[in-house]
Amino acid sequence: MTEETRKQRLERPLSPYMIGSYYKPQLSSMLSIAHRASGVFLSIFGATLMVYWLVALSQGPVAYHEALMLLSAWPAKVLLGLLCFAIYYHSLNGIRHLIWDTGRMLEIKQANLAAIIVLIASSTAAIVTVLIVGGWL
Amino acid sequence: MNMRNPLANARGHGSAKSGTEHWWGQRVSALLMIPLIIWMLYTIIAIIGQPYQVVQVYFSQWINSVLAIALVLAMFRHIQLGLQVVIEDYVHSQPLETILQLLVKLFALAGTITALLAIIRLALQG
Repeated sequence: MTEETRKQRLERPLSPYMIGSYYKPQLSSMLSIAHRASGVFLSIFGATLMVYWLVALSQGPVAYHEALMLLSAWPAKVLLGLLCFAIYYHSLNGIRHLIWDTGRMLEIKQANLAAIIVLIASSTAAIVTVLIVGGWL
Repeated sequence: MNMRNPLANARGHGSAKSGTEHWWGQRVSALLMIPLIIWMLYTIIAIIGQPYQVVQVYFSQWINSVLAIALVLAMFRHIQLGLQVVIEDYVHSQPLETILQLLVKLFALAGTITALLAIIRLALQG
């Protein structure tokens, strides 16, 4: 590639990013990026924590109790609370995506209604779970 | 004039019969995880605050071992496919992109093996 074409390519117009100053924030785009963010968050922390817990359990009572002690420290509690919201949100919004994949609920009003249902249901479920489970940890 | 490659006709595949594995894999693993996540929530409710013995017995039961293995397999496949797309979309510099894709595959593989070994050990303790 010559210097000239390289320069031309860099100056090519880009399609505007969905999130930024080009579009005003919309329910659909915000939930979409939140779906990705929650997915990445669950992949890194949720999956690792699940494997850690399973390994500790398989190693016997001493290792298991050590793991539970670690998980009851307050930074771990904050992480568990966030994971709790993330899994409800990602699961429910994932169902919203799967319904779209069948060609249904694609009208803006329907998609936004489903978005609000997902937000309310996942927040409520997370708060209820944290209130109930928080007492045990 | 037929512009199709004769091999494509010989295999009997249309244009959409390959190249959709990623998309389908993401959806199938998502569908599988709907009942499995419900089982996971049930499991958390069933074992939370219970002594070690109760949790160990729970995971030594056949049905729970099978469901735990299914969840781990579907989950790590979903993770690998999902993180792959995120990296493809946002990381554009080589060799960083390739390194990250390989790390994601390693993470998914190591996580699957470790979790399955733990589940099998628990199953054999029963």
